Amino acid sequence: MTYIRKPKFQHPQLETNELGLTRRDYEGTLTTLCGGCGHDSISAAIIQAAAEMSLEPHRIAKLSGIGCSSKIPSYFLGKAHAFNAVHGRMPSVATGANLANKELYYLGISGDGDSASIGLGQFCHIVRRRINMLYIVANNGTYGLTKGQLSATADLGSKTKSGEESLYDNIDLASLAIELGASFVARSFSGDKKQLVPLIQAGLSHKGFAFIDVVSPCVTFNNTDLSTHGYKNTWENNAALSQVDFVPMREEITTSYAEGEEKDITLHDGSVIHLHKIGNNYDPFDKEKAVMHINQHKAEGRIATGLLYINQTTSDLHDLTNTIDRPFNVLGEQELCPGNSTLMEINEAFR
Amino acid sequence: MKPTDITNPEYFHKVVDCQWACPAHTPVPEYIRLIAEKRYTDAYMVNWHSNVFPGILGRTCDRPCEPACRRGRVEEQPVAICRLKRVAADFKEDIKDRLPVVPAEKNGKHIALIGAGPASLTVARDLLPLGYEITLFERDAVSGGAMRTQIPRFRLPIEVLEEELNYILDMGVNSRFGEEITSMKSLLNETYDAVFVGTGAPLGKHLDLPGYSEVQDRIHTGIEWLANVAFEHIQTIGKRVIVLGGGNTAMDCCRTSKRLGGETVTVAVRSGFDEMKASPWEIEDAIAEDIPILNFHVPKRYLVEKGRLVGMEFEKVRKELDENGRRMLVPTGEDPVIIPCDDVICAIGQENSFPWIERDIGIEFDRWELPVLDENTFQSTHEKVFFGGDAALGPDNIITAVAHGHDAALSIHLFCQNQEVTERITPLTSLVSQKMGIHQWSYDNDISNDVRYAVPHAAKEKTLKDINMEVELGFDPELAFGETMRCLNCDVQTVFTDQLCIECDACVDICPTDCISFTDNGTEAELRSRLTAPADNESQDLYISGALQTTRIMAKNEDLCLHCGLCAERCPTNAWDMRKFLYNTAKAVNA
Repeated sequence: MTYIRKPKFQHPQLETNELGLTRRDYEGTLTTLCGGCGHDSISAAIIQAAAEMSLEPHRIAKLSGIGCSSKIPSYFLGKAHAFNAVHGRMPSVATGANLANKELYYLGISGDGDSASIGLGQFCHIVRRRINMLYIVANNGTYGLTKGQLSATADLGSKTKSGEESLYDNIDLASLAIELGASFVARSFSGDKKQLVPLIQAGLSHKGFAFIDVVSPCVTFNNTDLSTHGYKNTWENNAALSQVDFVPMREEITTSYAEGEEKDITLHDGSVIHLHKIGNNYDPFDKEKAVMHINQHKAEGRIATGLLYINQTTSDLHDLTNTIDRPFNVLGEQELCPGNSTLMEINEAFR
Repeated sequence: MKPTDITNPEYFHKVVDCQWACPAHTPVPEYIRLIAEKRYTDAYMVNWHSNVFPGILGRTCDRPCEPACRRGRVEEQPVAICRLKRVAADFKEDIKDRLPVVPAEKNGKHIALIGAGPASLTVARDLLPLGYEITLFERDAVSGGAMRTQIPRFRLPIEVLEEELNYILDMGVNSRFGEEITSMKSLLNETYDAVFVGTGAPLGKHLDLPGYSEVQDRIHTGIEWLANVAFEHIQTIGKRVIVLGGGNTAMDCCRTSKRLGGETVTVAVRSGFDEMKASPWEIEDAIAEDIPILNFHVPKRYLVEKGRLVGMEFEKVRKELDENGRRMLVPTGEDPVIIPCDDVICAIGQENSFPWIERDIGIEFDRWELPVLDENTFQSTHEKVFFGGDAALGPDNIITAVAHGHDAALSIHLFCQNQEVTERITPLTSLVSQKMGIHQWSYDNDISNDVRYAVPHAAKEKTLKDINMEVELGFDPELAFGETMRCLNCDVQTVFTDQLCIECDACVDICPTDCISFTDNGTEAELRSRLTAPADNESQDLYISGALQTTRIMAKNEDLCLHCGLCAERCPTNAWDMRKFLYNTAKAVNA
C-alpha cells in the first residue's frame, strides 16, 4: 500500500468523453492492494472502459462480496453506487437490486474464493436466473487475503508459494457459466488490457448475464514459476481466440480486416463487438465447441482467452418474469399496493 | 529504438529541465530541497559553487530555468526558482568559513583579467584557490561591471552586490581599478601567462534621427545613462521622458526615470508587445509603476523648438507577414503620434567594442567584430588570450557570463599546466537510490498543488521616492517553504531495470500523467504515436528499456513525469527505483 495521494495533475491532452469527463474522473480512492496485484489492472481496465463508453457514473452499481477482489470497487468509479455484500452473497444482493431498478448497469466484482467456494451456490443461481449484469471474477487461484492457500480454481498440480500442491482439478467458472446458461462468457488476463477493456465494454453492453473470468495474478502469494496463475505462466500460455474491438453504438466502424478472419456481433444497444484474426474460424455462438475449446487448451496447459461464447437470443430475468416496463423503484404506493379490492380479485382467482 | 543509455550523464541531466536550461547548470532541485529544510546556508553554497552570485542572480537573473520548468507543463506556472535562490541568500548565515582556501604559496602562473564583471570574477574565483596570481583590470573605479552599472539599485541593493563581489576580491585579487587597458599588444608584452577578456558589450546604440544634433544633450544612451545614474553623476531628469526600446534596459531606464523626477514616462516600442525582449516580470513591474508602454510606434524625428527638445514624432505601424513568413512593420497610415518630452533615452541595444585590441597580434575577429573563439574552450586564435561573457559571444546575461567564466577558467588552467585545452573533463555525477523503507523515500514526493506564490513588493508610494529602496521584498521563510513544495524534484530519476520487470502494469495504472507504456518496439516517431497518452513534445526524450519477457519494451515519456515515485512504490519487484541524480559541471578545481 502507498501513503501519498495520487497527484491530481494529469496529462494536459487527456481525452475527454461525451460527458466532458476524462479517465481520471472515473477513478476511485487509491488502492490498498499489494503493488503489482492484477486486481489493480482490472480496476484500471474498468476505468478505461467506462470512460471510453461515456457512462454516467451514477448509472452504474458496483456490487461485491469479500476478498481482495471484492475490495476493488473502492478503487474505481468513485461516483457510482456500490454495495459490499457478505462473503459469497453478492449475487443475492445483485438480484434484488436488479429487480428493484433494472435501468442501472450492474457490475459485480468477485473472486475465486467468493464465487467458486463459499458463494458457488449463489453464483450458479444468478447465472441460471439470467440477471442482466456484468459479473467479473478476479481469479488468482489463491486465497490471498488469508496468505496464500490454494483456492478452488487452482489448477491440478499448481503449487503455492510455500510449495503445497493442488491435488484436485480446478473449478472452471467460465465452463460452468456456459453450462448454466450465461449468454456472454469470456476469459481474459489482467495484464492484457488490449483484450480486457473491449471485453468489459461488450459485457456491459450485452443484455443478459455476462461473465468474464479474469486471470489476475496474486503477486505476493501466487506468482512463482510453479503457479499456473502467475504472470510468467499467463504471459507464456495466454491463447487468445481473436483480437477484440468494441465499437460503441454511436461510432462508425472504420477499420477493415481480411475476409474470413473477422466477425461483427451487433449487440442489443447497437454497439458492435468486432472480432478479428479469429483462429480456426472459431464460432462464438456454439456452446459445445466453446466448452471443448476451453478443455482442449486446459489439457495443453494453455489458457483460452477472448470472447468464448455469446448468445443474444436468451431472455433476462425481467423478460422471463414478465415485469412491467417501468422499474419497480419508481412505482408509487398506489401502484405497488393497489388496495383491498384488487387483493380480493386475486384471491378470488385462486378459489 | 535502442535501449536508453542511462550511463550517459547527459541523459538524466536533460530530465532536470531547470538545470539543463541554466547556462551554469546549477543543481536547482537540490538547493530547493535544502531551502525547504531551512538549510539556507547549504542552499546558498550549492548556488555559489555553480553560479557565483546567488544573491545578485536571485534578484536579476534572466531565469532561463523557469520557462523550462516541468511544473509549467503540468500546470500554468513554473516554480519561482529565481526568487527561491534569493531566499537562500537572504537567510544564510556567515559563509566565510566555507569559502575555498587560497594557498599562500602561488603556483607561479600569473593571469590578467580585463573588465571586472561577472565573467572575469568567475575566472578569478575558480583560479585563485589553485594558486594562480590574478590581476584584475577595470576601467571604472569599482568592480561589478554591468551588475553595478546597468542594474538599478532598486532591483539590486548595493550591499548585496558588494558582499558577493568581495567574497572574490578578498581571496587576494590584485585590483587595478580605474585603469583602462588601451593596448592588448602592450599587455601581451608583459609577463602574464594568459589573458582573459571580460569587457562586456559596452557600446550603447543611439538613434540618429532628424533633430538629433541640435538636442544631443537631452538624448541619452540607455546603458551609459544607467551607469551615470549608478555612479550618481546623474541625479535628475526632465519631467517628461520617452524611453525607446523594449528590452530589460528600457524597463530599467523608465523605472529609474520615475525615481529621478520623471512625471510622465512613456516607453515606445517599434514592434508588438509579444515581440518585446524584456522579461515578462520586468514589463509587469514597469506597468505596475504606471508607465505606459506603446507598441507599434516607430520613432521618426526629434521635435525641436528654439533649440530645445520638446517632443518626438512616431509613425504607427502594424505587423504583417511577407511571402516568406517574415515579419514586416507596415505603416497604418494614421496621423503621426506626437509625444511631448524633455528627455529621450535610447535603450535599443548594445554592441561589443574592441578598439583597444590591435588587429595584427593574432587575435582574429569575425564580420560582426566578435572574436573568433573555440566555443567550448573560449580560447581565441591567440593561444594565450581567452574571452568570456558579453565580450565573447555578444550581449547576453549574467548567468551566461558566469558559465563562460567557468569554462574559460578551466581552459586557462589546462593551458597553464601544458595540457590539451580541448580535452574537457567529464561532469561530476552520482545516482543514488532514495529508498528508505517500503513506502519511504528520502525526498518529499508528496508534491503541493498550490499555484505559484507571488513575491511581496514594497508600496509604490515609498519605492518611487527612493531610488535605492528595493522594490521586491523577497519571500519570507513561510512563503518560501510553500513555493519549495511546488518543486517536482526532477533530479530524483525514475530508473528502470528491465530484468526485474514482470509486466504487471502496476506502474502504468498508477502513473498520474500516463508516462509509462509497455508496447512493441518501433521507430521513435512511430512509438510516440501509439503510447498510453500523446507524447508529441519531441524536445523531451523517451526512456526505452531492453526487450522484456513478452518481447515488448517499456517506453517512458519523460515529458510530464511528476517524479512522484508512485511507479516505484507500486512496483512489486523494484524494477522501478527512484534515484537522485546529482550533476555538477567540471570546473578548474576538478582538472
